[in-house]
Amino acid sequence: MNPRDLWRPSANPQMLQQRAGMLRRIRQFFDSRDILEVDTPVCARHATTDPAIESFLTRYTGPGAGSGLECYLQTSPEFFMKRLLCAGSGPIYQICKVFRDGELGSRHNPEFTLLEWYRPGFDHHALMGEVAELILSLSGEPLVVERHTYREIFQQTLSLDPHMAEAVELRDCAIAQGIAGAEQLQLGHRDAWLDLLLSHLIEPGLGRSGLTFIYDYPASQAALARINDEDPPLAQRFELYWQGMELANGFYELQDAEVQRARFEADNRQRRSAGVPQRPADEWLLEAMAEGLPECAGVALGIDRLLMLLTGCRDIREVLSFDFERT
Amino acid sequence: MASYSTNEFKGGLKIMMDGDPCSIIENEFVKPGKGQAFNRVKIRNLKTGRVLEKTFKSGESVEGADVHETDMQYLYNDGEFWYFMDPVSFEQVSADQAAVGDNVKWLKEQDLCLVTLWNGSPISVEPPKFVVLSVSETDPGLKGDTSGSGGKPATLETGAVVRVPLFVQIGELIKVDTRTGEYVSRAKEE
Repeated sequence: MNPRDLWRPSANPQMLQQRAGMLRRIRQFFDSRDILEVDTPVCARHATTDPAIESFLTRYTGPGAGSGLECYLQTSPEFFMKRLLCAGSGPIYQICKVFRDGELGSRHNPEFTLLEWYRPGFDHHALMGEVAELILSLSGEPLVVERHTYREIFQQTLSLDPHMAEAVELRDCAIAQGIAGAEQLQLGHRDAWLDLLLSHLIEPGLGRSGLTFIYDYPASQAALARINDEDPPLAQRFELYWQGMELANGFYELQDAEVQRARFEADNRQRRSAGVPQRPADEWLLEAMAEGLPECAGVALGIDRLLMLLTGCRDIREVLSFDFERT
Repeated sequence: MASYSTNEFKGGLKIMMDGDPCSIIENEFVKPGKGQAFNRVKIRNLKTGRVLEKTFKSGESVEGADVHETDMQYLYNDGEFWYFMDPVSFEQVSADQAAVGDNVKWLKEQDLCLVTLWNGSPISVEPPKFVVLSVSETDPGLKGDTSGSGGKPATLETGAVVRVPLFVQIGELIKVDTRTGEYVSRAKEE
């Protein structure tokens, strides 16, 4: 690409048409189900505490904040949407821009578009069904839908139990399976070894014949999902893979404000030990949850990636009006 | 030498890997939505030419390699080393068998070659895309054959063997494409 051509859009005109068409059909899908479209702030005083997600930090100075106020660009609309749910919104969806620092590649852009929705009265299994219905309605062709637990998928592909294996076994597996450089990798947490195995050895083969949902994650990867009482306890969380690409992440949502507070604190302890900045937890989310979050399931779906898969693109830049290099 | 974080990885960056200088060919960012980020990198070992893959934890740093490419004039071979000279500074370097590799068969005195230097020493030598060499040995061709069809092997002054048209005779100069090892045309003394 000639550097002088960087003024040009990265998506071609046909892609912009396809993008608009997809957004229109997504809105029709939710309208027909009486799910309310909402629009929540992108810039806020709080940020995600998730140790694997970095927020952009910016600053507001003006009326109300003469000496300046640190603000974060949101990495997901989750906290605001849950505050709406706690205030009695009923089922809601949103199509919005989110921002994640440090993420750029053929499947990542620091600014991207999420479709996120919440269904009071649904658990994660019911919501997986609705995610599949949405994608089937957009793809216009029948797709096989598979559901596997996180444990099944590791056992089938790598013959190990992801809930029981020690970090050293996971490392040995990575080496035995030929992940180049695995011997030298210094990964602090066994979850990082699981991420390595999943992203390098399992994910490329997922969703090759249709949609593949993975559910029942290790409790250590619960994020904002509830954890069940089984032995070992499992996070009631799911992810969707299609054509070897991660497309969506959903939770049967944690309702307990005190547990939520403990998770924010644990995240920040992990951040401190990793030497990355701690983040202010959303106290208003905690207050809202104390007031009462309806029993619900929620999911976030990357719609740039969805458009890639619907149109057969291999690089996210092809579906963005202007990729990060042009902004 | 500086070190580079994975965030600075891009095609062409020279880094040290297991003691050898390498060049990055491709850098892929891999990250689960809620999980550890990795860089999956394809690299060429500049000493062996072999391409290998390696996964780094994102944010890790690796040592840079002091590698640069420069045009140098091939001077001579003393039986053990091949000597090259910088045409501007007249500085000379010696390349060993491993550095010249198979390209030894295209090296002709005075020709400008692209020499890759690591810490000042040659690790690879690339001959010009086209070289003019004299034919030192070939079967006598058929008179009147100018079509070039069929052809015959010819040994050149540097030891390279190429297929040439039947009309090419011993002592003639020919132009050869070093990338394919194919005869291009007859040539005149330059």
